[in-house]
Amino acid sequence: MKTRLVPVLMASAIAMSSTAWASTTVTIGTVNNGDMVRMQKLSAEFEKTHPDIRLDWVVLEENVLRQRLTTDIATEGGQFDLMTIGLYETGLWGARGWLTPMENLPASYDVDDIFPSVRDGLSVDGTLYGLPFYAESSMTYYRKDLFEAAGLSMSEQPSWDQIREFAKTLNRPEQEQYGICLRGKAGWGENMALVTTLANAFGARWFDEAWHPEFTGPEWTRAITFYTDLLGQYGPPGASSNGFNENLALFNSGKCALWVDATVAGAFVTDPSQSEVADAVGFALAPKEVTAKGAGWLWSWALAIPSSSDAKDAARAFAVWATSKEYSELVAERYGIAAIPPGTRLSTYRNEAYMNAAPFAAVTLTSLERADPNDPTLKPVPYTGIQLVSIPEFQSIATQVGKLVSGALSGSLSVPQALKSAQAVSEREMKRARYIK
Amino acid sequence: MSITSLQAGVNTVTEARTGTTTRHPAPRLRRGRRIGLAMLSPSVASLLLWMAVPLAMTVYFSLIRYNLLYPGDEPFVGLENYHYFLTDEGFVAGALNTLWLVLSVLAISVIAGVLIAVLVDTPFFGRGIVRVMLISPFFIMPTVSALVWKNLLLHPVSGVFAAVWRLFGATPVDWFAEYPLLSIIMIVSWQWIPFAVLILMTAMQSLDQEQKDAARLDGAGPLAIFRHITLPHLARPIAVVIMIETIFLLSIFAEIYTTTGGGPGYDTTNLAYLIYSQALLQFDVGMASAGGLIAVVIANIAAFVLVRMIGRNLTDKA
Amino acid sequence: MLTLKQTRRLRTLLLGTLAWLVALALFFPILWMILTSFKTELAAFASPPELWFRPTLENYLHIDERSDYFHYAWNSVVVSFGSTLFGMLLAVPAAYSMAFFETRRTKGTLLWMLSTKMLPPVGVLVPIYLLFKQFGLLDTKTGLVIIYTLINLPIMVWMVYTYFKEIPRDILEAARLDGATAAQEICRVLLPIAKGGLASTVLLSLILSWNEAFWSLNLTSSSAAPLTALVASYSSPEGLFWAKLSAVSTLACAPILVFGWLSQKQLVRGLSFGAVK
Repeated sequence: MKTRLVPVLMASAIAMSSTAWASTTVTIGTVNNGDMVRMQKLSAEFEKTHPDIRLDWVVLEENVLRQRLTTDIATEGGQFDLMTIGLYETGLWGARGWLTPMENLPASYDVDDIFPSVRDGLSVDGTLYGLPFYAESSMTYYRKDLFEAAGLSMSEQPSWDQIREFAKTLNRPEQEQYGICLRGKAGWGENMALVTTLANAFGARWFDEAWHPEFTGPEWTRAITFYTDLLGQYGPPGASSNGFNENLALFNSGKCALWVDATVAGAFVTDPSQSEVADAVGFALAPKEVTAKGAGWLWSWALAIPSSSDAKDAARAFAVWATSKEYSELVAERYGIAAIPPGTRLSTYRNEAYMNAAPFAAVTLTSLERADPNDPTLKPVPYTGIQLVSIPEFQSIATQVGKLVSGALSGSLSVPQALKSAQAVSEREMKRARYIK
Repeated sequence: MSITSLQAGVNTVTEARTGTTTRHPAPRLRRGRRIGLAMLSPSVASLLLWMAVPLAMTVYFSLIRYNLLYPGDEPFVGLENYHYFLTDEGFVAGALNTLWLVLSVLAISVIAGVLIAVLVDTPFFGRGIVRVMLISPFFIMPTVSALVWKNLLLHPVSGVFAAVWRLFGATPVDWFAEYPLLSIIMIVSWQWIPFAVLILMTAMQSLDQEQKDAARLDGAGPLAIFRHITLPHLARPIAVVIMIETIFLLSIFAEIYTTTGGGPGYDTTNLAYLIYSQALLQFDVGMASAGGLIAVVIANIAAFVLVRMIGRNLTDKA
Repeated sequence: MLTLKQTRRLRTLLLGTLAWLVALALFFPILWMILTSFKTELAAFASPPELWFRPTLENYLHIDERSDYFHYAWNSVVVSFGSTLFGMLLAVPAAYSMAFFETRRTKGTLLWMLSTKMLPPVGVLVPIYLLFKQFGLLDTKTGLVIIYTLINLPIMVWMVYTYFKEIPRDILEAARLDGATAAQEICRVLLPIAKGGLASTVLLSLILSWNEAFWSLNLTSSSAAPLTALVASYSSPEGLFWAKLSAVSTLACAPILVFGWLSQKQLVRGLSFGAVK
């Protein structure tokens, strides 16, 4: 740590001398996942070419960040000039007028290069409110080596029933090898993202056309029974507290034969520096069942500028830079081409070098193309969003339902009990919010 | 500062300068009262302000429909927020879990605290280091200790406990799924035993050694000494420990948030967590305000009962 | 047959060993966290956990590269010492007044003070946020000092009050008869006697402020963010993070841990109630 002192002094000296002409400070609130941390590192390049802009970073864990940003934007606290927010918030906040429209983007930015589904998801009535930093759908990860050894073969898009058979065959708990890893940790962005896509595949939906929840219906019952059986029988111990991260760790250390989760994990499971199974991972689309509609989700982290910001132009300049083709090239140059933030630009997937370097890219592309938030379920719904419902109440309802589902998974509640409570909870919230009487 | 306090200040200064203090106890006492009030008032005033302003706002918010995500739509709804909070699925479970959590951690930390304090009271090799190690957990941030316990110790696959279990040929326990509340109690006790140890250990220092020696000469065994000399001596510090711990235990939040998120089901949801989930997941300020006020009422009832039980130890001079 | 001396020595040995075992058990999680901070991410997640491993500094280097540790640490220091200072300035006179000039309302006041601690912070977050915005206190150290002083004040008053209560009144009476003023009484008589108690109150307040993670996360963004915010930025939703998290946690807890260890000796030495009884 001692060596640090000199650079610190130097840095502060430079900072002091630069304040004289660094006119604008942009405070950026962001989530701390790998791609964002990389962006923070590379931002020195941006500051070099924009000496009049100083970047101030507030990096927080996802849930903390969300509550922090919401409090600030809703009270017009003005603490942030640029926020990393999800697809869900962008739509809601954009409609409230809390975000600055992303207009007059430079021609070189090439807005049309952004995946249409992602662009739609970040727009309200045709106005774009956030620039996507990366986007993801969900897909199936499997261990090619184990499949081969057991004589199994994976199809392009397996069904959940097939997945169950695979998991059953490959489950060897005595060797700490588990048939399947899935999210079980309660949370609207954790287990409910997966559970909703699974339920979609089983033909379920969150609400009928009149906003009545349907948890006690046959589709949800089948879906949740299937989910708890599958993960309970062939999943790792402690599945009900595993989120994305825990499962990634398990998969990377070779303890899962199958895993259905976000497409961004492709870059992590194939990276030998963090994965013990980097060479043995296969990819398939997220499982279907009675339908393939809504089987894979759609999510994006985007950069957006709150209306209360006092440095909008500088913030926009940075947002444009961080989501540009130029930035992708910079990442490719520094960290290798497979590390390009995935899922945002069509041109990335037309780049042969990328497609060759990233074995997961083809499946990611198909998944993103098939994800349609405007038509997410077998039966018609009044909402948009695949693994989410774009109304403000969804966060709270799905959080509570998520708890109940994880209770059913851990066995502290029976499936019918959990679903009955889920129905009661969501009806209550919808009544309170005056959607239904 | 109030006028009284200024006057008191002036009085003290002049008296100190001239040295004309009376030596009669009666007027001194009256002056003492005034000084007492003057000295108390800054604390009381700042706490009043701290209490009054947010509290008034909270009361107001609890009566309107105020969701951060719906600006501009804030009608008066009367007691609707209270109704929804009290009939929430998690409310009864939350109240019971809060009670369990507080009582078990109190029991564990006080008993362990007394035993440990007595244990380290006699000198032995490396006592200083042992003391330091004993109180260390209290210095760790709640979030950090929850993360360490969850990921490094209790994790059913790669945790230390799982490894120990496997070493003895047992199947590792999936702590947060099978014994969620117990796991939380474990973590929280780990944090608060050191606090009890710290307070009780220092209190042991003032225990009269001669008294103990005299008792020993009279033929009293170690147990009798513990029961008749040590325990009564520790009564007041124990009361302090209970009082302070209760306040913090009633609002345990970070540990639950980091480990179980209140689940599975409502197994580890306490009132503080319930209010949190309503306030910051739902951004329903109205409901969170109502919940906060209900929690204050409950906490005050608990405090009242507690003070009834142990209060004599705290305020009366032994 | 063992002589009395031998029995006693044997007992001390046994009790000492037991004390060591208990202490090691309680300290183990911290030790494990520190060990993990020197592992690679893969080793940190290994099962069974590795006891012998090649220590690496990569986690610390990563943190050093990504965030300015000293900025956060300095904020923590300023905020916790600042709030403790103000807290003591308010608490000592209040406790003095309540302990030695008891009135009918003393008990009620004490209880009321404690009850201010019981309003859950989440319940008042929005009111406080709005007030802070109004007064320009968002993301300032001043703002945090104010909040911490207020939330710790009730506890501090209570603790000082109980320590003052321990002091035999005769000593004060004696000082009064000698013509000491209230200020002299506090400074010359009370404070020296209650030194140990006050020290533990100060320590408690420091720890509580240092570790407070709700207000610090919600009311600061960058310039006033303390170490709790630094920790929150490493509990990542993606990728392996146990080792890095352990490293940042070690860094965040180290200053207060070391401070606690150093002052612990003073604490025990300073507590000399026995002498005055």
